[in-house]
Amino acid sequence: MNEYKPVAGSVSPNRKRRKIIGTSVYFVFLISTLVGIVSLGVLIFDVLDKGIPWLNWQFLTDYPSRKPEEAGLYSALIGTIWLMFMTALLTVPIGVGAAIYLEEYAPRNFFTKVIEINVSNLAGVPSIVYGLLGMSLFVYYLGSSEQFLGRTLLAGALTLALLVLPIVIMASREAIRAVPDSYRQGAYAMGADKWQVIKGVVLPSALPGILTGTILAMSRAIGEAAPVIAISALVYMTFIPAHPMERFTVLPIQIYNWVARPQEEFRGLAAAGIIVLLAILLTMNAIAVVLRNKYQTRSEE
Amino acid sequence: MGNSTVFNVRGLNVYYGDFLAVKDVDMDIKKESVTALIGPSGCGKSTYLRCLNRMNDLIIGASVKGQVSFENRNIYDSNVDATEVRSRIGMVFQKPNPFPKSIYRNIAFGLKVNGFTGDMDEAVERSLKQAALWDEVKDRLNDSAFALSGGQQQRLCIARALAIQPEVILMDEPASALDPIATLAIEDLVRELKVNYTIVIVTHNMQQAARVSDETAFFMVDKDRSGYLVEHDDTQKIFTNPTNQRTEEYITGRFS
Amino acid sequence: MPREDFENNLKIIQDELIQLSSMVEKSVFKSIDALRNRDIKASQQVIDDDDAIDEKQQEIENTCIDLIALEAPMAGDLRVIISVMMMATELERIGDYAEGIGKISLAMGDLPPLKPLIDIPRMADLSTDMLRRSTEAFVNRDTAAATAVRKDDDIVDDLYGQVYRELLTFMMADTSTIQRATYLLWVAHDIERVADRTTNMAERVIWLVTGQNPD
Repeated sequence: MNEYKPVAGSVSPNRKRRKIIGTSVYFVFLISTLVGIVSLGVLIFDVLDKGIPWLNWQFLTDYPSRKPEEAGLYSALIGTIWLMFMTALLTVPIGVGAAIYLEEYAPRNFFTKVIEINVSNLAGVPSIVYGLLGMSLFVYYLGSSEQFLGRTLLAGALTLALLVLPIVIMASREAIRAVPDSYRQGAYAMGADKWQVIKGVVLPSALPGILTGTILAMSRAIGEAAPVIAISALVYMTFIPAHPMERFTVLPIQIYNWVARPQEEFRGLAAAGIIVLLAILLTMNAIAVVLRNKYQTRSEE
Repeated sequence: MGNSTVFNVRGLNVYYGDFLAVKDVDMDIKKESVTALIGPSGCGKSTYLRCLNRMNDLIIGASVKGQVSFENRNIYDSNVDATEVRSRIGMVFQKPNPFPKSIYRNIAFGLKVNGFTGDMDEAVERSLKQAALWDEVKDRLNDSAFALSGGQQQRLCIARALAIQPEVILMDEPASALDPIATLAIEDLVRELKVNYTIVIVTHNMQQAARVSDETAFFMVDKDRSGYLVEHDDTQKIFTNPTNQRTEEYITGRFS
Repeated sequence: MPREDFENNLKIIQDELIQLSSMVEKSVFKSIDALRNRDIKASQQVIDDDDAIDEKQQEIENTCIDLIALEAPMAGDLRVIISVMMMATELERIGDYAEGIGKISLAMGDLPPLKPLIDIPRMADLSTDMLRRSTEAFVNRDTAAATAVRKDDDIVDDLYGQVYRELLTFMMADTSTIQRATYLLWVAHDIERVADRTTNMAERVIWLVTGQNPD
């Protein structure tokens, strides 16, 4: 029979002190959260306060003007919508495709590790750098003053696509990586080949995560002023682009334009512009969240 | 139970990199019977099982030497397509792993992947009936597979494997994640299935091996941690009067 | 040590079996001795002692059943437990024969002896010897010894034949001897059965060691 004697020494839990620490820590974390929420709240309130008076249908359908009462952001609005749409169209297939290759096909060696590190580094590069890159690569032909695509929507979309590509790649990789290997094993065991496994099991499971990545990417892209300024160089536009090879402007630029003006009214217009921008952002997020939930319930554990 | 053999394994060695995981196995597996693989942890029985349908191909660094003849063809020949092998030799895993899809789509997946052109509804119903799950799910085929209990999920995985009508079903500890009642349901199912299928089942539960199998193969690890086959015989003989002393020690729990 | 409690229990039931065997051997010996010496008290004691034998066999059986239910014994362990259980049953029956002989002694009571008892004690000696050797074969897992016991059963059978013919002769010659001769016949029969049962035990030992039934 084994007998265990108690070890010498005493135990003193000091529960009172632990309780105090526990409570204090809770408040510290609460306050940290509140700092962010309160700041955001103050900002939104301010914007709404200044901007709502200027929000009306005319605001949305008028072109910019030197007279504040007649100014609107129609051109910027259409430009933003066009740009988001085209950027998404470019980024998602390329980003998801790259993620699939890196996660499912690429061998695990030094070379792919280097790629992985570089992709996440690229996500941190300042957007103006992308703007300059886009300018020299897409607007002009690689440093020369010959026009390649010119200062067009397409050039802008390509530039923004490069900007947000790392985000989509990283998020998609995470989503694909998060698919349990047991699903893949189950699919292989039924005689599926690699592509059937990816198409039938991995991608459907990874879809919520990929959509989240896309939301993040588009949310970043919609607010980028610097690279778009570098590409389009326009701050005052009184027409809308009719096809991808035309010139354009976007909401952030228009808002910046108004903020820079001395008149008080233009600050109100800027605030209204911000509200519109936020509204579009929220709409995009909402659509993606709805889509994500729709696919999430199918894969719920 | 048929007299012919379905698998003829000769000189099978499995390496993970430089490490020899399974050493020199020779084994014949009879048609339409249940063969249980037993042995202590790490003795290579799961690794060996995965050789039978080339699932080890998916593990980076794994290499298989030797011959596994399935119906007189070596499945490791260079001109043999692994996906064909797996469509005829199915597998059920230890933890139930239904796809995150509906019950119906889980079973339809394998059929679609293999280009099934017949009546899908009928095929799904037949598979679920064979797996003794039809009555429990027939009114909710479009529900998520995850709405089922653990035991039901495992039977769904078995139905999924049966759907493409393989000749063999490999089971890697299929009941070890289940409660005792669900376990017995799986064992009953195995007994029913062996009429039409050859089944090879890895189990760490000796009573289960004794209850369910016709033949039992006992694996052990040697001092280099390589697994090898100690004894393979009728289950009745292994559990009442085994030939090898090490088998006796393992079965009577004197193995330490 | 793996399964220490189980190992202990296996040892215990085997020790108990040896004890039971010893008790039964003594009973058989005593019953024949009492018969020969017309010792009424001794015969009564044999009859009384049978309760203890029955009790012990029942205990052994219950322990074996519990071990089967609770320990899921396999292979060699299973054969040990089954052997102990079945040999205990055989021993209990042998004990019953000893009791029977005791009862016959009492029934014969004051009747004058029919003849000096020679062959019957010889049968009894052989049978008790076979019993002891079967038990030793079990302890030592000795199939050779067990086989020898099986052979000796023939000798006992032959002796029984002899006794039978002799007693028959008595009865045919003088009908007043029928009662006593019949009693003695019973005794001889019981002893022959003792030898049969020890042979069963020996065969069980061979099964225990080899896993196969001897032919």
